Amino acid sequence: MTQSSPMQNGNAAVEVRADAIERALDARGWEPANFVEEQGRQIDEQWLPANGAKVVARAWTDPAFRQRLLNNGRAAVAELGLSMPAHHRHLVALENTPTVHNVICCTLCSCTAFTIIGIPPDWYKDLEYRARVVRQSRTVLKEMGLTLPPETEIRVWDTTADTRYIVLPEQPPNTLGWPLERLAELVTRDGMIGVARI
Amino acid sequence: MDGMHDLGGKQGFGPVRYAPGAAAFHAPWERRVNALYSLAVRRGLFNMDEYRHAIERMEPRHYLNASYYERTLTSLATLCVEKSVVSLGELEQLAQGAFPLALPSAGGRSNVAHREAFKLGDSVRVRADLVPGHVRVPAYIRGKVGVVVGESPAYPFPDAHAHGVAASDEPTYDVRFDALHLWPDSADPAFVHVGVFQSYLERP
Repeated sequence: MTQSSPMQNGNAAVEVRADAIERALDARGWEPANFVEEQGRQIDEQWLPANGAKVVARAWTDPAFRQRLLNNGRAAVAELGLSMPAHHRHLVALENTPTVHNVICCTLCSCTAFTIIGIPPDWYKDLEYRARVVRQSRTVLKEMGLTLPPETEIRVWDTTADTRYIVLPEQPPNTLGWPLERLAELVTRDGMIGVARI
Repeated sequence: MDGMHDLGGKQGFGPVRYAPGAAAFHAPWERRVNALYSLAVRRGLFNMDEYRHAIERMEPRHYLNASYYERTLTSLATLCVEKSVVSLGELEQLAQGAFPLALPSAGGRSNVAHREAFKLGDSVRVRADLVPGHVRVPAYIRGKVGVVVGESPAYPFPDAHAHGVAASDEPTYDVRFDALHLWPDSADPAFVHVGVFQSYLERP
């Protein structure tokens, strides 16, 4: 995108259009600037992959919690003080094992459990990932740097309803006995999407 | 609708432009647009199904060329115009240029007449319904048989909820499909799971 061009294909530039709708809503008393600031704080300070990392680290170290997470993800993350939007009524944790690898996507739009694993990255929302990962899972993961053994079963989860998913990666064997905080530091957003190893 | 947004399994796309830890936003206007649509949802101007459908209704060339947050912007502006919060004329005057919106909506539908409750392990077939309005069946599972592996609490039925049509909430089932059944001889071996509303399913 050329930021300097005021017009794109005859249309006003996208940032100019964004400014136009914001000004129109401001004129109607919506106070958009306040909400932009409020949501900015939520994104930068609350809806962080560190939330999901805390969930994963706890599941690695506490078998009873792991079971509760697998049974009812939304209730289990609430135990850790984490919330989800009202329309995300169900959170399913997908357990990776030595023989099963899970990966999540949204082919129709770009849904994610954003309060738990963070706002999705650009590539998750791009056409390429949405089109290809359901049909060419092993190939796409390999292109993204994750080569799975041929015997590993791949399970792709397309987020077409308002149920949300989080991949529960395997704990690296050399980290057994580590404290929770140190374990949580290992867990990445991309690992919880299922495109990277922890 | 069989829209341009329904990308699952489409061929011809190149590699995912992946970088570990990639950013979610690349410009301040993207964060603003993301907040503005959330504000409209919070104020009750539209729901998430209306929001998603207004993205799907974008003219296909516009959809494919637009970035993710341009699609958000277009949906927000379209719904604000359709619900008479602002006029297109005002937006174009403020922007000093053309402001493309999504195309008009076709009608929605309520729940199907005969819905069945399924259990984990049941085989199910995705109905081959063709729906002009909003629908959350990706085309790649239409008519295909899979196995129920999960059930959610009841949600608003998207085909109705996106169009202001009255309907009952219904559960969604996580249905497991074999990728080699969805795309014979033309997919990497895998299980593909899709969250499918009850109205979309029948016994095979």
